[in-house]
Amino acid sequence: MARITLENLRHSYSASPSGAEDWALKEINLEWQDGGAYALLGPSGCGKTTLLNIISGLLRPSAGRVLFDGEDVTPLPPEKRQIAQVFQFPVVYDTMSVFDNLAFPLRNRGVAEDAVQARVREIAEMTDLAAMLDQRAAGLTADGKQKISLGRGLVREDVNAILFDEPLTVIDPHLKFQLRSKLKELHHRVPKTMIYVTHDQTEALTFADQVVVMNMGEVVQTGTPEELFERPRHTFVGHFIGSPGMNVIPCTVEGGRALVEGTAFETANPLPPGTPEGVFEIGIRPEFLRLAESGVPATLNSVADAGRFRIADVTCLGHRLKLLVPEGREIPATDLRLAFDPAHTWLYRDGWLAGREETP
Amino acid sequence: MNKTVNQKAWLFVLPVLVLVAFNAIIPLMTVVNYSVQETFGNNVFFWSGLRWFEDILRSERFHASLTRQAIFTGSILLIEVPLGVLIALAMPRKGIWVSVCLVLMAMPLLIPWNVVGAMWNIFALPNIGLLGKALNAMGFDYNYTRQVGDAWFTLILMDVWHWTSLVVLLAYAGLVSIPDAYYQAAKIDGASRWAIFRYIQLPKMKRVLTIAILLRFMDSFNIYTEPVVLTGGGPGNATTLLSIDLVKIALGQFDLGPAAAMSLIYFLIILLLSWIFYTVMTRNEEG
Repeated sequence: MARITLENLRHSYSASPSGAEDWALKEINLEWQDGGAYALLGPSGCGKTTLLNIISGLLRPSAGRVLFDGEDVTPLPPEKRQIAQVFQFPVVYDTMSVFDNLAFPLRNRGVAEDAVQARVREIAEMTDLAAMLDQRAAGLTADGKQKISLGRGLVREDVNAILFDEPLTVIDPHLKFQLRSKLKELHHRVPKTMIYVTHDQTEALTFADQVVVMNMGEVVQTGTPEELFERPRHTFVGHFIGSPGMNVIPCTVEGGRALVEGTAFETANPLPPGTPEGVFEIGIRPEFLRLAESGVPATLNSVADAGRFRIADVTCLGHRLKLLVPEGREIPATDLRLAFDPAHTWLYRDGWLAGREETP
Repeated sequence: MNKTVNQKAWLFVLPVLVLVAFNAIIPLMTVVNYSVQETFGNNVFFWSGLRWFEDILRSERFHASLTRQAIFTGSILLIEVPLGVLIALAMPRKGIWVSVCLVLMAMPLLIPWNVVGAMWNIFALPNIGLLGKALNAMGFDYNYTRQVGDAWFTLILMDVWHWTSLVVLLAYAGLVSIPDAYYQAAKIDGASRWAIFRYIQLPKMKRVLTIAILLRFMDSFNIYTEPVVLTGGGPGNATTLLSIDLVKIALGQFDLGPAAAMSLIYFLIILLLSWIFYTVMTRNEEG
């Protein structure tokens, strides 16, 4: 078990990186508490798998350090780090039985056979594999194989952290939910640090206590699912998390107030008076945009039914916006008025939340 | 669902049928025909039943050739398969050296068989050949045309040189198809080099190695051109393998009946062994 610290981590796959685009990871500083459930969330190619492989020791970073409980493990190979990893495609040792698969990491480390027996049975019980211990691993379904991978991670008691690299990619949709709940349950029973890499926001937000959102080799925001939703630090987080994503409208700033096409908006993070430099935008989630008696005029384009609410697509001050309308609330065909919730309207400068929060 | 009846489809199968008939069925049936008849020339044939088969199966000459054949095939399989796997494991997986290695490996396979025989015939000559002369200069009394051991040594070395590449290429194809995640998982699980080979690489190579062993078994059991050019079956009969013996009986002595019977026995041995091997190797495969 360990607290994991990443210090000034940078990585490039090219031998002599020149431009910014050569860096798969730009500059990562993170601290993960022992026993936490973390998710690394980001689009494909944002560097999350690279980061995971650096933590497990499969990759040596170009610069920076990885610390487990304050101890530098950067030069250590994976087998010395006491790390477990579950991969995107299930890895099982085909010729072995399920039992031997689970016992493999223990036997490789010279654990006594009776201890192996006891531990494997315990883990098999937890991962619902107890009934098939004698079967050949090759004959199992994808979710069964993924459980074996997971079990091989859990079986070692000295494991510092368990890393998951998009483990549900090849799992059937109706089993994804089951396996995800299983993971949650296991995390309660075996409180080890778990780091879960995914590009699926549902997986990240349901699994993790803390979500790290990455984009283009950088950490954009770290926070609880609520924080990511309520206070996105970057417009990217606004777009990436939430369905539909945050509305972002270009604006200008005068006297500390945001102006869109001459209409002033109150934001939750006003700037001090003056005319600061930069490209400004305001962002508001569709959840916090409401139909009102009076407010900013808009015209309706279309309405989509999404079950418990409807998504209205409107044009307001020349920009397409989306808002959620609760069930039963009537949407007038003409003379639409929108109310912006000032507590959830944010001002962004060059993509980042303006004001105090500006530095990443 | 009703089955569509379309007799015209047979027309499309016809060319293949004709081809197979002319290059396999008719020649094979001719051999079957010869194997049960006796002739004294002038195209006059008499029925002789299974006599030739009994003769061949009892003949010491056949037993001797078959033994030599078994020793030859056994030796080259025991050398070529492990050696091929070792070379494949040592080959690079990335970079320009991959192509260089693959081309080098493919070279021996591209050389016509009689040329291979001729090359080694000269290469191993004790007075002028590079190998022969070098061995003698090092103090070995080496002469493959006179000494039985030397002839076998040269014969096996030639086959290893010619055909190990085939095993290498197949094993390499099996190795590169293993996803990186397997190696990464094994590293994390603390597997030793041997365990990686035993539980990841070998199982993943099983299919291609089955094919490699089958091909090498059949080809080496049939081998004719290279040993004939290299040693001509000598010294004496020391390297007379089954096919060489068969040609001697059929074309040297013109004993068509015994030669036909021997061909069929020969054919059945290869068929039977290949079938047993393949069945055993693929028995436990379900997915």
